[in-house]
Amino acid sequence: MTGVQPAIRLTGLTKSFGSVHAVDGVDLDIIEGEFFSMLGPSGSGKTTVLRLIAGFEQPTSGTISLLGQDVTDRAPFDRDVNTVFQDYALFPHMSVLDNVAYGLRVRGVAKRARHEQARQALDTVRLGSFADRKPSQLSGGQRQRVALARATVVQPKVLLLDEPLGALDLKLREQMQVELKELQRTLGITFIFVTHDQQEALTLSDRIAVFNEGKIEQLGTPAEIYERPASPFVAAFVGTSNIFDDTVSQTLLGRAGTHSVRPEKVSVTTENRPLSADRTAAGVLAEVIYVGSSTQLIVDLDAGTRVVVLEQNDAHRVATNGRGARVTVGWNDSDIVTLAPPVLTSHP
Amino acid sequence: MRLSRPARGLLAAITAVVLALIYLPLLVVFVNSFSTSQNLTWPPPGFTLEWWAKAFQSDGALDAVLTSLQVALASTAVALVLGTLISLGLQRFEFFGRDAISLLVILPIALPGIVTGIALNNAFRTGLGVQLSILTLIIAHATFCIVTVFNNVIARLRRLGTSLEDASSDLGAGIWTTFRLVTFPQLRSALFAGGLLAFALSFDEIIVTTFTAGSSVKTLPLWILDNLFRPHQAPVVNVIAVVLVLVSIIPIYFAQRIAGAEKVVR
Ligand SMILES: Nc1ncnc2c1ncn2[C@@H]1O[C@H](COP(=O)(O)OP(=O)(O)OP(=O)(O)O)[C@@H](O)[C@H]1O
Ligand SMILES: [Mg+2]
Repeated sequence: MTGVQPAIRLTGLTKSFGSVHAVDGVDLDIIEGEFFSMLGPSGSGKTTVLRLIAGFEQPTSGTISLLGQDVTDRAPFDRDVNTVFQDYALFPHMSVLDNVAYGLRVRGVAKRARHEQARQALDTVRLGSFADRKPSQLSGGQRQRVALARATVVQPKVLLLDEPLGALDLKLREQMQVELKELQRTLGITFIFVTHDQQEALTLSDRIAVFNEGKIEQLGTPAEIYERPASPFVAAFVGTSNIFDDTVSQTLLGRAGTHSVRPEKVSVTTENRPLSADRTAAGVLAEVIYVGSSTQLIVDLDAGTRVVVLEQNDAHRVATNGRGARVTVGWNDSDIVTLAPPVLTSHP
Repeated sequence: MRLSRPARGLLAAITAVVLALIYLPLLVVFVNSFSTSQNLTWPPPGFTLEWWAKAFQSDGALDAVLTSLQVALASTAVALVLGTLISLGLQRFEFFGRDAISLLVILPIALPGIVTGIALNNAFRTGLGVQLSILTLIIAHATFCIVTVFNNVIARLRRLGTSLEDASSDLGAGIWTTFRLVTFPQLRSALFAGGLLAFALSFDEIIVTTFTAGSSVKTLPLWILDNLFRPHQAPVVNVIAVVLVLVSIIPIYFAQRIAGAEKVVR
């Protein structure tokens, strides 16, 4: 990370469409060279933030600066950022090579030089032999790579990616995730990556901003977001969480406030067997769901709440007891995350 | 899709009747252009090339064809430029009164020609105080030629969406470069289709033409109308009609070719 100046700085950024506040007062610094993800449910304003940064939309209020320069009022062609669109937006009437060379062409680079550079860019995404094809003759994953090459060949300061893997199947998606990460390391440019897939965001990012209803709900490293969710929304949206409200927390944890614990941090055993945990609770096995490397157990606690437990598929498994069996669950205090302070009650 | 035998037979018969209704009269015109009868009696008493020779020697007819071509080409050119600009303006920018303007642009094609004709005649002569000429005729034709271009282009723009233009501007292209390298190539076939229609509309327009052409300007439809009922000219009119049919096949053929080629690319 070079210098103190952020690659992108958003201050008080707001965008309203009529009565809809698509982006609602976002303040954000994105550091140069980082892989930054915006994660959030559909309609939370991720695309709108990206379009504001690219310059396709004008903010209702707030400013955008790029490497210390205010670019709020600049046209898209006057900003040193490039976008990989969700639908790729390749020019259908141009060959793959001309698509990739387009940014150089409009900058006045001579034909030979720009074709040379475009070929190199195509080689980095391993599409060198497809240069003469039309975009319609490529598969989804290949189009996606052409879009990447086209956006990176002009060496932008910041690359914006709007769910670039959204249209791909799972296998290709995972492969492209690795390639994206490698590309970002080689090019050393800032990536701003939009996704609603929490797994993707956790795997790829240096930092993540979790969006909800046009606001940033939490900003942090993947580990911080996953292990220390700051609100019930984040705890529920990123991964699976057992969330205990104020009353349940008091019975189960002996403290007030809203808390959460991850399913893999909850241990489980058949009733009356010892369990090394700070706190335990008894219940009935309600559901057993096999998920490959592990098994998900849903336990109805006697305390009146339901918890999800993730159990590794090794020898002494509780899962084999089947539904209806009585079990004990337990967790350590250090794995409990406080999501919200206690509800204030009037003094007696 | 599979159809039963009787259904296929019926469909074939209906198709044959419809095609016959369209093309038999054209065939009659074709045959009559070689007829020795001056007043188009049927069946023709004999055949001759006299009318064809006459037609190609008749200054009136050739001048009329040239005038019509000039008017149609010029009004189509005006329509292509203005129609494209209007549709870009209406489809790509938001502003107050957008829908009203859109309606006003389309209206001329729905207005009865006689109304447009009288209105423009008044506007040119009393309103603006200009002499009717080939220029006033071109302007008059452009008012409805714009509509076909506009309709084709705006439909294409709507279907195209803005993502390609966004991508182009994102990659550093200004508005004009984006239009030249991205939008225009996508519009080409729509412009061709719209222009072809505009050309055809202008070429055989007679009502508006009557009211807006200067007295010395004779377009082909005006010439035909003048000559059809003069006994010695009727067969020559038929010759002109045949030539026109042959000439109109050419652009239709190219339009089909372009449409076919586009499907392959997509
Ligand atoms: N051009 C527009 N006109 C009106 N409303 C819009 C427009 N663009 C976005 N919105 C609204 O703004 C909100 C945020 O939209 P946005 O596209 O930024 O969401 P998103 O987080 O990208 O969602 P997704 O994951 O579904 O892509 C939504 O409620 C959407 O309906
Ligand atoms: Mg989106």
